[in-house]
Amino acid sequence: MNGDPKLEQIAKGNALALCATGAWTASFAPALERMVADAEKLAGSRPNIFIDVSEVSKLDTFGAWLIERLRRSLTQGAAEAQIAGLSANYSSLVDEVRRVKATPVIETGAITITGMLEQIGRGVAGLTGTVTDLVDMLGAVLAASGRVLIRPRSFRLTSTVHHLEQVCWRAVPIIVLITFLIGCIIAQQGIFHFRRFGADIFVVDMLGVLVLREIGVLLVAIMIAGRSGSAYTAELGSMKMREEIDALRTMGFDPIEVLVLPRMLALVLALPILAFLGAMAALYGGGLVAWLYGGVDPEAFLLRLRDAISIDHFIVGIVKAPVMAAVIGIVACVEGLAVQGSAESLGQHTTSSVVKGIFFVIVMDGVFAIFFASIGM
Amino acid sequence: MAPEIQDPIIRVRDITVQFGATRVLDGLNLDVKRGEILGFVGPSGAGKSVLTRTIIGLVSKVAGRIEVFGVDLDSSNSSQRRGVERRWGVLFQQGALFSSLTVRQNIQFPMREYLKVSQRLMDEITMAKLAMVGLKPEVAERFPSELSGGMIKRVALARALALDPELVFLDEPTSGLDPIGAGDFDELVRTLQRTLGLTVFMVTHDLDSLYTACDRIAVLGNGKIIAAGSIADMQASQHPWLRQYFHGKRARAVMS
Repeated sequence: MNGDPKLEQIAKGNALALCATGAWTASFAPALERMVADAEKLAGSRPNIFIDVSEVSKLDTFGAWLIERLRRSLTQGAAEAQIAGLSANYSSLVDEVRRVKATPVIETGAITITGMLEQIGRGVAGLTGTVTDLVDMLGAVLAASGRVLIRPRSFRLTSTVHHLEQVCWRAVPIIVLITFLIGCIIAQQGIFHFRRFGADIFVVDMLGVLVLREIGVLLVAIMIAGRSGSAYTAELGSMKMREEIDALRTMGFDPIEVLVLPRMLALVLALPILAFLGAMAALYGGGLVAWLYGGVDPEAFLLRLRDAISIDHFIVGIVKAPVMAAVIGIVACVEGLAVQGSAESLGQHTTSSVVKGIFFVIVMDGVFAIFFASIGM
Repeated sequence: MAPEIQDPIIRVRDITVQFGATRVLDGLNLDVKRGEILGFVGPSGAGKSVLTRTIIGLVSKVAGRIEVFGVDLDSSNSSQRRGVERRWGVLFQQGALFSSLTVRQNIQFPMREYLKVSQRLMDEITMAKLAMVGLKPEVAERFPSELSGGMIKRVALARALALDPELVFLDEPTSGLDPIGAGDFDELVRTLQRTLGLTVFMVTHDLDSLYTACDRIAVLGNGKIIAAGSIADMQASQHPWLRQYFHGKRARAVMS
């Protein structure tokens, strides 16, 4: 009963009958479309054309629509084409599709050079928007902190501690591991190259200055931008998608105070701690390699380190940490709150949270380098 | 398509579903006949959605057998499973539309995967489906986040019907709709069942839906089907929960 569908032409004097047989269903759609397209050419060839569907064994929306499409294009000729032999089972389906109006489908624009240029232009113009958004969020966070200072009871301690655990405590193993390895690599490379000048011991100077001033904090900040910045954006973004942030607002809570401030504070507290731990782990790793690979024993390493670095190097490094944390936090929260309704938008904003976070961290590092150089630290 | 005595389209035998120590379904048996609209009711948290999800294969069961279209879903190979999945449509409680696709792309998604049809035909069928579920053609280019709750349900139904399935699962299709919208929806399900010869498995809380749309009602309680039959059977039942459900204040308001 589910034979292949056919459309036969039977001429009866002045009239032409198009007999549809077999299963007119979605599975045969390509064949059906071809047959219907062929039959559409018959429009106007005879004064009276009708479509006989009495032999159709199975009909679904696809088949019914194609019969309707055929009927419409045949009708555009002289007389209206009729559908004959419709069984009671299928008549309501055919009636249903008959009511469908043919609407032109909106074509999505093709990619053109002007379109691409336009996108680049919009992107550049949007950069100022990014900066204003960040400044806006910085202001909102500062205002919320001010309100919390006036009314300390409204401070969300539990939430802050929770985020501190997520951002700081749980990040310790991975941060320590990676900075330890980086310390090892710096020491190994330093020894390898310095050995040619017989300057093995200077690797301690390089390691100490590099780790405490730059690598420790920069590396940790980049890792935290990837680890916690993305998490903040995804959390706030999915809350935004499910109207949770609107719900907070209608209950009289300020989302900045409830959601953003604890996160920011946790990050600002966490990054100096992690940067310190990271620097220590890197020095330890470097010291270990210097001993095992370079033959600098721990006592000599420590003596040399004490001469090579001063408290200034440590301060220069650690002072940067809270500022970088604030930048990462603000970028992440701005992106999170900018998420629109779709999953795709959540992905885009999480990506740009991490990208922008890392970018601004590096920019800040450059600014700090100029500043410390000019005050002679 | 009158419901006849024939092989049931869904045959559920002795299924048990457990989450940790809680047994949600406990040796449940259920048949759904071809061409009927089965209304599935029960107290909140009784496991109606769990049963639906178990039949669809989203929740794994501890014991029992499920046959859909005569295919045992546990022992079937992947091509048999795909064959079965092509013949059913599912309307999730929250719609579950793909948020990054437009309405048109959402409805065309299953067509693109399963059928080889031209873009023109897909566009036309999409418009036909939208019209069938009572939506205007302009909706086609919108994203799910730009739709109202009722429109999301309708689009989700259109997507569930995209491949002209023989069986549709509706999980609380009228929840969150206004009474007029819910009434329209029931009418719509009825019409589609008549025109497309659908079998409908409908989880619902809506008494109106039970009265106007359903051919048969099954009641879930304590992990089992405690009653199944016509609305008259339900009203005649002496089971305490059924008596409360069908003779409560709201039920009387619906019947009067």
